[in-house]
Amino acid sequence: MLYRVEIWLKNNLQDVRGLSLVKDIYDLGITTISNSRVADIYWLDADLEPHDLALICHSLLADPVAQEVRCGTTSGDKGKIGLNCHIVEVAYNAGVTDPVEDTIKKAVLDLGIRKVKGVKTARRYLIEGQLDEYQLETICNRLLVNPIIQHRVTVEPKIFPVSPQYEFKLKNISILDADEVGLAEIGRRFGFTNDELRAITNYFSCQGRNPTDAELETLAQTWSEHCVHKTFKSRIKFGDMAIDNLLESTIMKATEELNKPWCLSVFKDNAGVIDFDGRWALCFKVETHNHPSAIEPYGGASTGIGGAVRDVLGTGLGAKPILNTDVFCFGPPDFSYDKLPRGVLHPRRVFKGVRAGVADYANRLGIPTLNGAILFDEQYIANPLVFCGTLGLLPKDLSQRGQQKPGDLVVLAGGRTGRDGVHGVTFASEPLTAESVTVSYSAVQIGNPIVEKRLIDVILQARERGLYSRITDCGGGGLSSAVGEMAAETGVRVYLDRVPLKYAGLSYTEIWISESQERMILAVPTDNIEELLTLFAAEGVEATVIGEFTNDRRLQLFYQENLVCDLSMEFLHKGRPEIEKEAVWKQPQYTEPEFAQPQDLGKDLLQILASWNVCSKEWVIRQYDHEVQGTSVLKPLVGENNDGPGDAAIIKPILDSDMGVIVSNGINHKYGKISPYWMAASAVDEALRQIIAVGGNLKKVALLDNFSWGDTNQPDILGALALAAQACYDMAIIYGTPFISGKDSLNNEFELEGKIISIPHTLLISAIGVMEDVNRAISMDFKQAGDLIYIVGTTQNELGGSEYFKTHGFIGNRVPKVNPQLAKEMMDKLSKATEKGLVRACHDLSEGGLGVALAEMAFAGGLGATVYLEHIPLGEPIKRDDFILFSESNSRFLVEVMPENKTEFEEIMNTANSATIGQVTDAKMLEIYGMNGRKVMAESIGELKRAWQKPLCW
Amino acid sequence: MSKIKTLILRAPGTNCDVETAFAFQQAGATTSLVHIGKLICHEEQLCDYQIMVIPGGFTYGDDISAGKVLANELRLKLGEDIEKFMDKGGLILGICNGFQVLVKAGILPGSLQTGQPMLTLMTNDSGKFECRWVYLSVSKESPCVFTKGIELMYLPVAHAEGKVVADPAILPKLNVVLYYTDESGNRKVGYPYNPNGSIANIAGICDASGRVFALMPHPERCIRDTQHPQWTRQKPGKYENGFQIFLNAVRWAQSL
Repeated sequence: MLYRVEIWLKNNLQDVRGLSLVKDIYDLGITTISNSRVADIYWLDADLEPHDLALICHSLLADPVAQEVRCGTTSGDKGKIGLNCHIVEVAYNAGVTDPVEDTIKKAVLDLGIRKVKGVKTARRYLIEGQLDEYQLETICNRLLVNPIIQHRVTVEPKIFPVSPQYEFKLKNISILDADEVGLAEIGRRFGFTNDELRAITNYFSCQGRNPTDAELETLAQTWSEHCVHKTFKSRIKFGDMAIDNLLESTIMKATEELNKPWCLSVFKDNAGVIDFDGRWALCFKVETHNHPSAIEPYGGASTGIGGAVRDVLGTGLGAKPILNTDVFCFGPPDFSYDKLPRGVLHPRRVFKGVRAGVADYANRLGIPTLNGAILFDEQYIANPLVFCGTLGLLPKDLSQRGQQKPGDLVVLAGGRTGRDGVHGVTFASEPLTAESVTVSYSAVQIGNPIVEKRLIDVILQARERGLYSRITDCGGGGLSSAVGEMAAETGVRVYLDRVPLKYAGLSYTEIWISESQERMILAVPTDNIEELLTLFAAEGVEATVIGEFTNDRRLQLFYQENLVCDLSMEFLHKGRPEIEKEAVWKQPQYTEPEFAQPQDLGKDLLQILASWNVCSKEWVIRQYDHEVQGTSVLKPLVGENNDGPGDAAIIKPILDSDMGVIVSNGINHKYGKISPYWMAASAVDEALRQIIAVGGNLKKVALLDNFSWGDTNQPDILGALALAAQACYDMAIIYGTPFISGKDSLNNEFELEGKIISIPHTLLISAIGVMEDVNRAISMDFKQAGDLIYIVGTTQNELGGSEYFKTHGFIGNRVPKVNPQLAKEMMDKLSKATEKGLVRACHDLSEGGLGVALAEMAFAGGLGATVYLEHIPLGEPIKRDDFILFSESNSRFLVEVMPENKTEFEEIMNTANSATIGQVTDAKMLEIYGMNGRKVMAESIGELKRAWQKPLCW
Repeated sequence: MSKIKTLILRAPGTNCDVETAFAFQQAGATTSLVHIGKLICHEEQLCDYQIMVIPGGFTYGDDISAGKVLANELRLKLGEDIEKFMDKGGLILGICNGFQVLVKAGILPGSLQTGQPMLTLMTNDSGKFECRWVYLSVSKESPCVFTKGIELMYLPVAHAEGKVVADPAILPKLNVVLYYTDESGNRKVGYPYNPNGSIANIAGICDASGRVFALMPHPERCIRDTQHPQWTRQKPGKYENGFQIFLNAVRWAQSL
């Protein structure tokens, strides 16, 4: 029997979801809606006595104080139900796992009712106001329904479709006797290159048999760009230069040459690990989750952060996640709906969905989100970028990847396996098309953070008891990647029919490659298995022995006692033919801007402050919990009213120790349009500047690289990648800051009517720095009138890719460069000054240059400032005040110093590249005088702040 | 004197257990993080402790509504144990999700509860999860043992469902402990001072005995100077005023 329970808020209470829907509809340009209410629907598949049903309704599903229940067996009215009243009901598509189902089943059991077999949720929207069918359709398509996971209910729904049973049948793929057309078809289906296909054919002809589908899938997953980064490791011909392995010859090489003793585990585990305080270690990883987020922003982004967290949990013998950082790149939220390409979600919807997906997941895991950035560019319209990162803490003596012994058991723990994300990895490695939306649905899933939270809790307990010998996460490629990689040195036998499933009907291959979330793989010695299973059961986490490690270096999979895959580990991990690629680079030339210097630079400053890239991100930040775990020292929002833009975050991960970790990031895709080399150098510099600005130093700083690039089969795009990687090496070596891990996401482009829209080359540099004493932390807000304002670092005529040029419609060519020797020298001096307590406030100069930095320090501190541009140390002659004020030259800081510390500060800085340029005032005005002594700006800090806060005040 | 034993209740989705335990340890108590399953199967006994805390988090994902599933579990599986614990003079503290749980389990507002519940917590008026610092004033008439000697506090909130909804008729009978205010303690303020739209700016309540106390803000996130958002502006300062709540609880338990 099917029951349908509908829960409405009582009429006298404000329906927040309804109001927010009215606002969203208004934003679509439909202004005739007066009211909207939202109801939750629960479908129960159960045989219930009336009093049981009443109990479920009144004691569980509805809140007796605030809600009303309607209960029935059918769904009632749909569509237009009155003159100006419309009903839309939205349900999950069959096959989408309802994240709430398990909780409700448990809660119903708590009530003592055992007859509920299934639960599904849905939403019912009541929309009041005049609407035609087309407008209602628009509301559904743009706001209420994402066809990837949902549908609008029009007829009586099939809520609980019966899953078809799977009957075993071994599938062989005829590769040995295939003709050219047949081979090409196999290559396309599994995403193999011709060389790879040849290697596979050779292998199987030596075996004297055709491969099974599971074998080819295993090879496809293991050899995918996502899993092995084959472009980064390929042989690249770049002009006269031959690069054997880009990763090893740049990013990893810097780490090797720097050879820091505190780098504990780099480029070999799920995250990079460094020493923290001799007893504890930190591990750090940032992942991209771009393609799934493009088609289902909420689910794609939440699984993105879920994956980053599991990377950390699966590093060494398991780390506790202690901080998240998220960086997003979207199209502009005010992009015209009319210009939106077919099959593309509007950037506003992508933004809102991604934000909600990451926040809902991370908040539920109880991990503070303290750092991040959001960038906007029209080139991200069809292909947004979602970088999710997690910092972990683990005992130093457990920081090395474990090693299982033959005979150890393979334990799969956490969520159940469904058809989720089948082919997610190959999907992530291919360009998006308009059809991606219809063909890729299984690649996206809805995460279930509480399953992951339980997994974290129980794994950390099992780690304390030393119950397992090795751990890894089940991410891209599912079991095939996780188990296949883990068993590379030993061999493994896996019994796929033992894997617990969400629903029946999965084939052995689907089980093997499913990317269902919230799963980890443990290697458990047989002596510990009973204790481990008992512990997991006590915490309500499913754990199943699905196989054992062997010593034959073979990957053998069984399904109901049938051998369905038998590959040598040697071939699986070393049989992939190297690829060769060609790279070129041609410096693009943009129009050199020509416009006169405006009389009043205040207007320009207001405009830059109100640009999408610079404006306040408070709307996003406050929806993340950045205080949980009680570790925050420097929060993302600082200043008099807790609303100024902090540079880097600081946490104190050990509650009774004063040692801290600083987390920062550097990213600016606009420079990449001019020079990928200087974009990368700027990103490294920016990440490090922020560490210095909050009171850190460069003694123990580690970096991560995350490349999001277009199609690297295009020689110029690959050339850009090679240049950016080279810059990473050049900067890291001189700053003395090794890379410890990284990731690349290639093929970020969108095909539209035969035209390719590629993302701008985007490199995210994330940094962590160890801080000896968090009591030395400095925030960026001005503290007191009368204090001196210093600029540290020289200003060049470098406005190429700047926000200022953008507001005037130009890109320009003079991109900000970095002189790392000089920069390091200055950063070290500034660190010394902060260590001595001479710095009261410090802010790094980035987008919008000096003008923006000054304004931010002023309104964050609730104080004004008077500044004279003529005192600014210039690295080259610049005649224009606006260029000085908005140049984005790297390696610069604004520093507030008390007058009585002037001499001591200047003695430490001891350079012509630092000068006092003005004073903090209590006039609440930002006044700037130009080179010739003329006042070029006088704006109230209230005005400046309003301009900065307004755009994202949603 | 033997140390006060504090039970920090864990359930799937609890996520402020460690820092809450740390706050109690700093206040001189011993703490155990106990999974609810262990209490239900009586592997652990509630009556072995003097203080029970339901910390912040998203128990069972806050599916259905915040705290609801754990609330039912407490009510149906541990109701008698909790009653005995209270009779014995035990203290109960609910923070954030713990507030939602205590209310939905009917443990708060306590003896007012006559058949039909009259108080609940709903989605914030802003429709958003709100992580921000709030000013609080402590009601002078409150019998709450946790807030003795405290007048004003500045603590962070971080929740999506913290709006107290109540039948106005019961307001005069409620033991309100904390109100959202502005910087100067003024109670007639709206968003964002009142971050969720709570009726009468209610941020925390207790039962008639003053021994069951629940609040939406997180005192465990403000027990040292460097947690305070203003600490880099005016130092040195005395910022750790969330700590007093834990100290009061432990002292009260010791005095018994």
